Amino acid sequence: MSDGDEEKDILFKLMQKNAAKIMSHVPWANALGFELTGIEKGRAFARVAWREDLVGDPDSGVIHGGVLTALLDNLCGVAANTALKEPKSMATLDLRIDYMRPAEKGRDILAEAECYHTTRNVAFTRAWAYHETRDKVIATAAGAFALNDISRWASGNEAVEYARKMLAEKSS
Amino acid sequence: MSRADELQSFLERTPFAQYLGMRCEIMGDEMTTILPFQEKFIGNAAINAMHGGCTGAFLELTAMSQVFLLSELQRPPKPINITIDYLRSAKGEDLYARAIVHKLGRRMASVRAEAWQAERDKPVAALQAHFLVVETG
Repeated sequence: MSDGDEEKDILFKLMQKNAAKIMSHVPWANALGFELTGIEKGRAFARVAWREDLVGDPDSGVIHGGVLTALLDNLCGVAANTALKEPKSMATLDLRIDYMRPAEKGRDILAEAECYHTTRNVAFTRAWAYHETRDKVIATAAGAFALNDISRWASGNEAVEYARKMLAEKSS
Repeated sequence: MSRADELQSFLERTPFAQYLGMRCEIMGDEMTTILPFQEKFIGNAAINAMHGGCTGAFLELTAMSQVFLLSELQRPPKPINITIDYLRSAKGEDLYARAIVHKLGRRMASVRAEAWQAERDKPVAALQAHFLVVETG
């Protein structure tokens, strides 16, 4: 790896170091019990446990689709973040979810997401939710994320301040 | 029981609808859903923005409710797929939504729903969804 690549990987290393906080610091992800189980360059893995209060169909005990929407949206965002070469803020542009089969009552749902292409302004992602493997999916997702310059972010956020500092060091 | 009462009763016994705290106001075959803001809905605390997954779940429940209201189904319609367009950042405030059923067929329904906050003309998100409307038992 050249020096340039290593420098670009600072962001990813920072994410790896703080992996446990990436989802738990997002209130809605934390409320629903999302757990980030791993990240690779351009990929992210997570789990959510079955919970009575997340049930969308009281007769079958199946988790509501909205929980999967939140999980796959968040995970696609994380995967997109791992693929970035410089810090940017990110907003979901659109997200499509296809529901293949209902999740089973009482079982954990696993998910993985990959960011398969980024441009200056957009990151393209897809994701899968399943109980065991991707061969038997519960839902798939395709999401596009708008990438924005971090100068538009609000200050006071730990990650933003760190990214600002890093940018300042890089340009000096 | 009227369709409106049946819908209210379904939402009352659906844990996730209760967890969200979603309410709906039904006037005949028209309905507006309301999601009173809670701190747990936040997705990005730095900019006080609601999580896209929260807006999405609310829109999906709104679309499902509207289909249920217009149909004669005994059980809630099942989602086939949804596409959510995120149009503006949803702030940490109450959210409202309405849905239009474009087509209610024998097997499938096509629905569009929009969510807004302070101004009806500035939706924060729009959802397009297909639901299965056959009783599968």
